[in-house]
Amino acid sequence: MIRPDAPVLLDIRDLQAAVEDQPILKGVNLTIRAGEIHAVMGRNGSGKSTLSKVLAGHPAYTVTGGRVLYKGENLLEFDPEQRARIGLFLGFQYPVEIPGVSNLEFLRVATNARRAEQGFEELDTFAFEDLVRERLAVVQMDPAFLERSVNEGFSGGEKKRNEILQMALLEPLVAILDETDSGLDIDALRIVAGGVNQLASPDNATLLITHYQRLLDLITPDHVHVMAAGRILRSGGKELALELERTGYDWVDQELDRLAAGGQEAGRTPVEVG
Amino acid sequence: MVATPTAPTSTGRAGAGDAAWLATLAGAPLPSRRQEDWRFTDLKALTALEPQMITPADPLAAVDLPAGLERLSSSSAAPWLGQALAATASAEHWPVLLNSGASAAQACPLLALRVFGAAGSLDLHLDAGSTAGLATFRLLLVLEPGSSLELLLRPSSSGPNALSLVSEVILAPGAELKLGSLAFGTEESCLFQHTAVVQAAGSRLDHTAVAGGWGLARLEPRILQRDGQAFSRLRGLQVCRGAELADTHTWVRFDGPEGELDQLHKAVADDQARSVFNGAVRVPRAAQRTNAAQLSRSLLLSDRARIDTKPELEIVADDVKCAHGATVSRLQSEELFYLRSRGIASDQAAQLLQRAFCEEVLRDLPAAAASHGPLLTLLGRA
Repeated sequence: MIRPDAPVLLDIRDLQAAVEDQPILKGVNLTIRAGEIHAVMGRNGSGKSTLSKVLAGHPAYTVTGGRVLYKGENLLEFDPEQRARIGLFLGFQYPVEIPGVSNLEFLRVATNARRAEQGFEELDTFAFEDLVRERLAVVQMDPAFLERSVNEGFSGGEKKRNEILQMALLEPLVAILDETDSGLDIDALRIVAGGVNQLASPDNATLLITHYQRLLDLITPDHVHVMAAGRILRSGGKELALELERTGYDWVDQELDRLAAGGQEAGRTPVEVG
Repeated sequence: MVATPTAPTSTGRAGAGDAAWLATLAGAPLPSRRQEDWRFTDLKALTALEPQMITPADPLAAVDLPAGLERLSSSSAAPWLGQALAATASAEHWPVLLNSGASAAQACPLLALRVFGAAGSLDLHLDAGSTAGLATFRLLLVLEPGSSLELLLRPSSSGPNALSLVSEVILAPGAELKLGSLAFGTEESCLFQHTAVVQAAGSRLDHTAVAGGWGLARLEPRILQRDGQAFSRLRGLQVCRGAELADTHTWVRFDGPEGELDQLHKAVADDQARSVFNGAVRVPRAAQRTNAAQLSRSLLLSDRARIDTKPELEIVADDVKCAHGATVSRLQSEELFYLRSRGIASDQAAQLLQRAFCEEVLRDLPAAAASHGPLLTLLGRA
C-alpha cells in the first residue's frame, strides 16, 4: 500500500559496505515507508543478501560509507540485538541450526527482549505458550517443533516457517526477508507467503529479497528494485518484476557496461521505469 | 569434621608449599611433568596445601539405604578391595597410592555397598568442607548378577583442601549401573577422583562425570571389560575458568570380544584456564568385533585458555570398529549472530550456547542431579 504521506521507516542513503576489504555494496539508495512492500531482485552476487545482512548488523560486514536511518535514528550505531528490539527483523536465507537450545525457550527469550524494549511486561512460560500457540496458526506449524532444538533437523520449509513464526512473535516494523522462497515447494511457499501477507499492515513494512518472480505472485509488492554490482540499477512497480521474468537479467550487463562507460556517479540515482 | 596435623616427616618440617608430606603418605614421590601422563598437569594447587588430614563426615550416615542394597563392613569388603584397581592397572597410580596411604594413616569412611536387586537411586554427598588439608574417601560397589543401581556422587569442597576419592566398581553379568558424579570445588581446592570399573559380560555401565570450579581436578575413569560383550557409556564434562586446571584421563580396555564403548567428553575453558583430556582405548587381539566410539569436543572461550586433547587408541584386533574424533572450537559466530538478530544480547546468547553445549552431557546424569542445579553452578559465574 503506497501512501506518500506515510512515515518513512527506513531510509538508506548511498550505503557502501565491504566484507574482508572487498567492496560489495557500492552506494545503495532506498526509502521505505510504513505500509509498503518492497522487493529487491537481482542475480546471485548482486549484493542483495549483503544488503540484508548489513541492515541487520552482521559483524562480518563493514559499512564503508553512507547512512541508514530507521525512524529517523542512525541504525548503524546499534548492535544487532538492539536493531531487533526496536523492530527490525531479518528472515534468514539459511536459518541457523542451534543444537541443544530449545526452540520454545529461544522464541520466548527473543519475544521478551522485544517486549521489554516496547515497555511491555515480560511473558512467563505459561503466558508465552498461549501466545506462541496462537501465532503458530499464522504459518500452520506443528507445535511439536517448539519442543525441538532451534531449527535442528528441520526441513527447508520448516525452517522458513519457523522464521515467519519468529516474525509473528516479534511484530517488527521493518521485516527483511532474505530469499524466503528458496528451497520451498509450492505448498510451503503458499503457507510462508500467506503468513507474510497476514502480518503486513499499514504500520509496518516488508522488504523481500528474492531471485524469482514466483514469491511475488503470492505477495504483491508496491515497489520492485533491481540490484546489480552492489547498487540499485532500476526501480519500478510490480510490473518490473514481470518484465524481468520475461526478459531475464541480460539487460543488466548492458546497463552496467553503459554505466561503466558513463562514470561511477550515474549508478547512484535509480532510474525510474514503468 | 576433624582436622589433625600430620606428624613432621623424616625429611624435616612440613609446611605449605612443601609436598614432602604428600609423598610420605603416598609412599612415592609426586608425579612429575616429565611423565607423559602428567605432562600438562601442574600440581601447584596440591603442593600449596596445609599438611593436615581432614576426617570427613560419613556420607552414608546421612541417608536411608534403598532396598536391594546393603552396606558392607570393612571385613566383608576386604576380599573385594583392590580387585578393580589391579584389573585396571591402577593400583600403583600415584593418586591411588595417596588415597591408600592416607586411608591407612587415618580412618576415612569406607563406603562399601553390595547391590543384590533393583536398588533404585542413591545420592551421596562427599564433602571435604572448608577446612584446610586432605580429605579421603573410598568407595566400593559390588553389583551382583542382574542387579541395578543409579548412584549420584557429589564430591565437593569449599576451602583450601584436596578431596581424594577412589572408587572401585565390580559389575557381575547382567548388572546395570548408572554412575553419575557432580563435582564442584573452589579455585583453592583439588580433586583427585579415580574410578576403577570391572565389567563382566552382559553388564552395562553408564558413567557421567561432571567437574567444575576446581583449582586442580584430575579425573580418571578406568574401565575393563573383562570378557568383552559388555556396554560402557562414558560421558564427561569439565568447565574451567580463571587459573583452574581440569584434567581427565580415561582408559578403557576390552579383554574379550564384542564389547561396546560410546564415549563423549566435553570441555569448556575460559580466561587462562587449562583443560586436558586423554582418552586411552585398548583393543587387544582377544577383543574381536569391538565397537568403540570416542568423541572429544572442547569449547575455547578465551585466547589465554588452553586445551590439550588426545585420543590414544591401541588396536591389535583386526575385526573392530573404532571411531574417534576431537574438535576444539569457539562459539560459532553464525549461531551467535542468529540469536543476536532476534534481540538476545551477546552475553546472553553466549550463555545460551554454552548451556546447550553442557546440557548434552548433564542430561545423562542420574535424575537426582537436577535438584542440585548443575548448570547454574557450572555457568552461573559467567
